[in-house]
Amino acid sequence: MSNVALEVRDLVKSFTVDGLTINAVDNVSFKIRSGEFVALVGPSGSGKTTLLSIMAALLTPTSGQVLIDGVDLASMNERLRVKLRREKIGFTFQSNNLIPFLTAQENVEFMLRLNGRVDHASRLRSGELLARLGLQDRLHNLPGQMSGGQQQRVAIARALIHQPAVVLADEPTASLDTERALQVVETFAHLIHENNRAGIIVTHDLRMCQFVDRVLQMQDGKLVRQYKTRDEIRDLVRGSVH
Amino acid sequence: MKNIYLSSYLAIKEVIRNRVRFLMVALVIALITLLVLFIAALGEGLSNANRQYVANLDAQLIVFLEKSDFSITASRLETNTVKAVRRVEGVADAGPIHTSNSEIVSLPEPLKISVLGVEAERPGMPLLIEGRQFRGGEAREAVMDRSVALRTGLAVGDEIEIRSTQGTEDRFYDLKIVGLVEEQAYFFQPTIFVPPATWELIRPQSASDLESDTPYPNIIAVKLTDPASTEEMRLRLTNQISNIEVANIQTTINNIPGYTAQQGTVQTQGAFTLLIGVLVIGGFFQIQILQKIPQIGVLKAIGSSNLVVGLSAVIQIIVVTAIGVGIGAMLNYLFSLGLPPTIPLEFNGMRSVIAILLLLLIGPLGGLVSIIYAIRIEPLKALRLG
Repeated sequence: MSNVALEVRDLVKSFTVDGLTINAVDNVSFKIRSGEFVALVGPSGSGKTTLLSIMAALLTPTSGQVLIDGVDLASMNERLRVKLRREKIGFTFQSNNLIPFLTAQENVEFMLRLNGRVDHASRLRSGELLARLGLQDRLHNLPGQMSGGQQQRVAIARALIHQPAVVLADEPTASLDTERALQVVETFAHLIHENNRAGIIVTHDLRMCQFVDRVLQMQDGKLVRQYKTRDEIRDLVRGSVH
Repeated sequence: MKNIYLSSYLAIKEVIRNRVRFLMVALVIALITLLVLFIAALGEGLSNANRQYVANLDAQLIVFLEKSDFSITASRLETNTVKAVRRVEGVADAGPIHTSNSEIVSLPEPLKISVLGVEAERPGMPLLIEGRQFRGGEAREAVMDRSVALRTGLAVGDEIEIRSTQGTEDRFYDLKIVGLVEEQAYFFQPTIFVPPATWELIRPQSASDLESDTPYPNIIAVKLTDPASTEEMRLRLTNQISNIEVANIQTTINNIPGYTAQQGTVQTQGAFTLLIGVLVIGGFFQIQILQKIPQIGVLKAIGSSNLVVGLSAVIQIIVVTAIGVGIGAMLNYLFSLGLPPTIPLEFNGMRSVIAILLLLLIGPLGGLVSIIYAIRIEPLKALRLG
């Protein structure tokens, strides 16, 4: 059995708006193991992105715990949280993912530079990873010279290159057409499984869930349902299609 | 060390990949540099043209007539004051300095000059770089400043004709150039040096002055046995000799008519140009940071520290500023090659060095707000996750 890479315990995040307290994340708990790819779904405003931000150590919860590789984020100061993001977490975002003045390969290698691990072997590995993602001809292209799908694939390579414990993806296919979006998520899923990382993808497009191992459904800040089996997930995807 | 490496990597890559944009900014900085250095050179040139002779005197104190407010033109001393000064203990030597203006007319273009009457081998007479000292009395020999030679093509051994208005008549005197000195401009004019008796003979004077042939010095340059004891010697001279006031070289320079006001004006211009530079560079980098908010958000989200982000901005500003200042200084040098000697611009003074150092500082100073802004960017807001 794989180890638990990410654990969320009784997590609450409250915001006060016009004197009214709203629980954007309301008592959420779950675990994700290494090699597991999980989708976090739900309508807009259901708390998915807030939950992702807390797991990414970018936002502090009101109460509850997030443990990455068994370490509680609450016990860390800002400097350690930055270090954790650098070493243990891989990110892809909806857009503006890449550093615009670095080439595809330099963007990927930048994670290694941040971690002080860039050398000849790692350069070869970044090239190979980009080639796996079909970008062998785009290694030296700047983001502005690539399509949205290509940029997302570079972001995926960057999120994985430093072998983080957890890979977090916030709506990575939001700006892509369906065909490209499905390709990106399928590749993402393969790499998560192959590299034995824990992956979480936030999406409102249920069709993307066909490549994940588990689906966590959120509504009004609460985790309302989990889809654990292939059949359950298939039905969820079919339901979304029909 | 790792942070510096990472910051440099980001800063340099961005400059190289956006070289046209950064070159434009560097060119703006180059133009500001050109302007600042031009003003600094003008300040240096005007300053030298005004004070060079006094500043280069081989003396520590200057004796003036009492209540002349340390003004060289207002001061006129008795001839025996020179001897009295020389007798004071602690005075190594003293030399009278007589000042007036005249015009060399034996040239295709007449040249206005300062005529200084000084005694050879005494304080007040500059070191020769060529030729010999003039003979005393009315030998009608002169030593000229190199600036005269540069403007006129005159050389040691040449003869010049001086026009001098005496009473109501213009009189003309021939002088032979016997020696050459350098960096001796006085009161914005190139200078020739003559013995006091010759000076008295050739200087412009009123009808009443013509009745006397005694050369009264304006000031006396005093060389001290102990150059560090200026304050003590100033008091001693004032106490022992009546009807005089004594100043050090700097006070004398500051009291040259118009010197302080002129330098104040030039320095204010320079300071405002630097301020404009700070605002222009600050504005550019602020806009640049605002455009880069999502990028900085990504950098921070993936684990770049504030130190890396801030240092990267600082390095980028320094690089662009240094390139701009370098181009500006080079343009300035090329510019200086084509200037005629009549324009009082000097690009090699301490002011130019200070101006370059200040210009290198205005980049980081101007970019300070943007650097602080970059450090304060929250990745959550920058990425619109929150």
